[in-house]
Amino acid sequence: MTADENTNMQGKGLSRRGFLKGVGAGGAVATIATGCSTIDRDGAVSLTPRGPEETSITLNLNGRRRKLKVEPRVTLLDALRNRLDLTGAKKVCDRGTCGACTVLVDGEPAYSCSMLAVEAVGRKITTIEGLGTPEKMNAVQKAFVENDAQQCGFCTPGFVVACTAVLTKNPDATLEEAQAGCGGNLCRCGTYVGMNQALMDAAKELKGGA
Amino acid sequence: MATAAWPEKKDRSLIGKSITRQDGPVKATGRAKYSFDMNPKGLLWAKPATSPHAHAKLVSIDTAKAEALPGVKGVWKDTDLIGEEVRYIGQIIACVAAESEEIATEAAAIVEAKYEVLEHQVIDNDIKFATGRASEQEVGKVADGFKEADVIIEGDYGVPVITHCCMEPHGQVTEVRGGELYSWPSTQNVSRWADRLDDAVGIERAKMHVDCQYMGGGFGSKFSFDKWGIIGTLLSKQTGRPVKLLLDRDLELSIAGNRPSGYTHIKLGLKNDGTITGFEGSVWGTGGGGGYRLRAFPYVFEPKNRKTTMKGIRTNRGGQRAWRAPSHPQTCLLTFSALEDAAAKLGIDAAAFYKKNLNLTARPDVYAEELDIAMKMIGYAKKAHLRTKLDAGPVKRGLGIAMHTWGGLGHASECRVTINPDGSVKAEIGTQDLGTGARTVVSIIAAETLGLPLEAIDTKIGKNAYPASGGSGGSTTTGGISVSTRMAATDALNELLGIAATKLGVAADKLEAKGGRIREIGNAAKSMSWTDACKMLRTGSISKTGANNRTEAQKAGLIDAGVGGVQIADVSVDVETGVVTLIEMVAVQDCGLIIDMKTCESQVYGGVIMGITSALFEEALYDAATGRMLNADMEFYRIAGIKDVGKLKVHMMTGEKYEKRGIIGVGEPPVIAPAAAISNAVANAIGVRVPYLPLTPDHVLDALA
Repeated sequence: MTADENTNMQGKGLSRRGFLKGVGAGGAVATIATGCSTIDRDGAVSLTPRGPEETSITLNLNGRRRKLKVEPRVTLLDALRNRLDLTGAKKVCDRGTCGACTVLVDGEPAYSCSMLAVEAVGRKITTIEGLGTPEKMNAVQKAFVENDAQQCGFCTPGFVVACTAVLTKNPDATLEEAQAGCGGNLCRCGTYVGMNQALMDAAKELKGGA
Repeated sequence: MATAAWPEKKDRSLIGKSITRQDGPVKATGRAKYSFDMNPKGLLWAKPATSPHAHAKLVSIDTAKAEALPGVKGVWKDTDLIGEEVRYIGQIIACVAAESEEIATEAAAIVEAKYEVLEHQVIDNDIKFATGRASEQEVGKVADGFKEADVIIEGDYGVPVITHCCMEPHGQVTEVRGGELYSWPSTQNVSRWADRLDDAVGIERAKMHVDCQYMGGGFGSKFSFDKWGIIGTLLSKQTGRPVKLLLDRDLELSIAGNRPSGYTHIKLGLKNDGTITGFEGSVWGTGGGGGYRLRAFPYVFEPKNRKTTMKGIRTNRGGQRAWRAPSHPQTCLLTFSALEDAAAKLGIDAAAFYKKNLNLTARPDVYAEELDIAMKMIGYAKKAHLRTKLDAGPVKRGLGIAMHTWGGLGHASECRVTINPDGSVKAEIGTQDLGTGARTVVSIIAAETLGLPLEAIDTKIGKNAYPASGGSGGSTTTGGISVSTRMAATDALNELLGIAATKLGVAADKLEAKGGRIREIGNAAKSMSWTDACKMLRTGSISKTGANNRTEAQKAGLIDAGVGGVQIADVSVDVETGVVTLIEMVAVQDCGLIIDMKTCESQVYGGVIMGITSALFEEALYDAATGRMLNADMEFYRIAGIKDVGKLKVHMMTGEKYEKRGIIGVGEPPVIAPAAAISNAVANAIGVRVPYLPLTPDHVLDALA
């Protein structure tokens, strides 16, 4: 599947997982999501159904090609956590509200709970595990640790990914702009004060001013 | 000889400093493995089937279709419940274990159950639904208090049920192997999570191994193994495979605990100068299907004549659990709303009103000091206005004050400290780190005691194999684990000093451990390195277990109970839209001797933010017709985001006066006052009270109408 086709699929507003679940694994929507579709000049869509049984896919994950088998109904989040043991992205609301499952898809933050694993084929996926290690943290991770921008830490990977995305794109971001970049994430322990400082410190380091 | 007393300020190298939590990097990089992240080989997923009725008699459960689904490996049915009543939507009646999460979800959905539907009742704010007898508590004679008064002021206020909404849901991974249970629960009670599970699952207590290194929030709701702990264990036993059973978000919000509501009619007697003479509060609310109890009225300010009447409303909702500072936030909101309404009616400035009545509090000097600091921090003198002098224009500013109190005496705890011949040190303790920094606290205490750097301590927590330590509730952990660690480390050190004494030719009681050396007190020339001293341990390691005996430790000044705390909120309210914006909030908090300033402040900020969230957004909404929780998700059960909380400033009380009290926990206190302070600020801004939380636009516009 090409990236363009993917965009077309997403443009039809079919990425919401709840809707997919509602229609059922064998339904037309799941078929579209497997990506075996073509769109002709007049906009007519021809479909080749796949699923509901498992299908082999290869994901471009943290710079590596990872092969796995998933049913088309499996979300990217569940594929990461349950099939690949990449458990940094967390399952909290499971419906695109809290941001704990945030990963980068082609450099853009995305809720991995609201995207099917088969939709992720051909995209460049970066999870929290791809951003740094405890020994070699990225600027955002270092700033989170230093400013105690985490307590229980369960929401932290999602915040770190979202903050990394916004600051990488715009290291000159004002605090307000940086906050907007993680406005789609929620924390229950109440770590926003440390996070504000972490955002500013990380931006400074990314600009080379640290 | 080293003694257990906390070192003087000049001798502290770590205690009280701002120290970065040790598990920060593993959390920030997604490497920390929470219970939800455990994927042992052969794992099965379990999903519960639940009651769709708020109240019904369960007639039968049929799992045949679910069992026939390919990939389903185990089924559990609550056979004890057949013929009995289910009492709320979401009550677990059966559970399936399957090869994947998707299959388990699908299978749980096709478990068939028959019910005889009964009438339900979920309304909690109308006293006419109250059941049982009212409980009464009177101190002095409230009638005398009202007789003494120049004015009597009355008001109605309310706080809805809110939920814990832990980011990591309740549940666990359980594996029964060779007759032993290996369990990874998300718990705030590692040492005793498995207590009383033995009968339910038929495995001896001694054969239960609990491991919780990281957990994603508890806030009072994760002490027990719960029904899902039993089910997960039984399914693992049945299938011979590890089983992961963590609640989906809707169940997490609707059945895994909540904070009881509180609605009240308050009558307050005052002198014209603002002196409080009597206080009577009638309160009702729900804790679900069980009992109901809030602490007695009023809060913090206790006139000698006061009375509380309390009535519970049994509802077909999920049951209450301890929620950070149980019953304090509700009683604080209800009391301080009435107090500032009274001050406003008398035309007295709120701060002046509180100062006038400070003799009615348990700690007048502490509150006075904290109130002055808070007023200075928020710029009270410049910003404060009476409720009668509102800003012109549609957006109006206001200030509000609230105060709180809490106990926080360290819980029972044991810790084992081992000094090895190679100089390494291990501290083992069956505590847990909910994000409070407990792991780091243990390291700080051991390192401080042994005169070593923080990194020299290998701290092990989160297993019931380690010496038992209490559950993390009621702000008791830091006190408990600090004392047990201090006792163990001091004992171990004294044995080492005894050995070093012979070598150095100095009596052991003249030796101390400082900066990685064992040295004569006041004479650095007579010393040896820590490593050299440990090398003399030819007979093996020194291993000592220390305990926190609460009474003795309190007497010795190691721990204490009872804190104050003052918070002031500065809000703006758009009276055309009803939108409340928190501009700034200050929190002044005492908690005795602070161990790690950084994580301590984080706790206070976190408590304040959680309190702000409850003030502005939170309410478990129930539909009376169906008995269903309408917002058991995170779109409509809102919690604050990074842009919702305004500018926050925390000030911790330090200095001899506070530190000599020893350690007092701080998890609960800061979460208590925010809602009351914000509600008061809104009333100050718009001139009328918004009587019921949360302070959402509809409630604000209702109050203005």
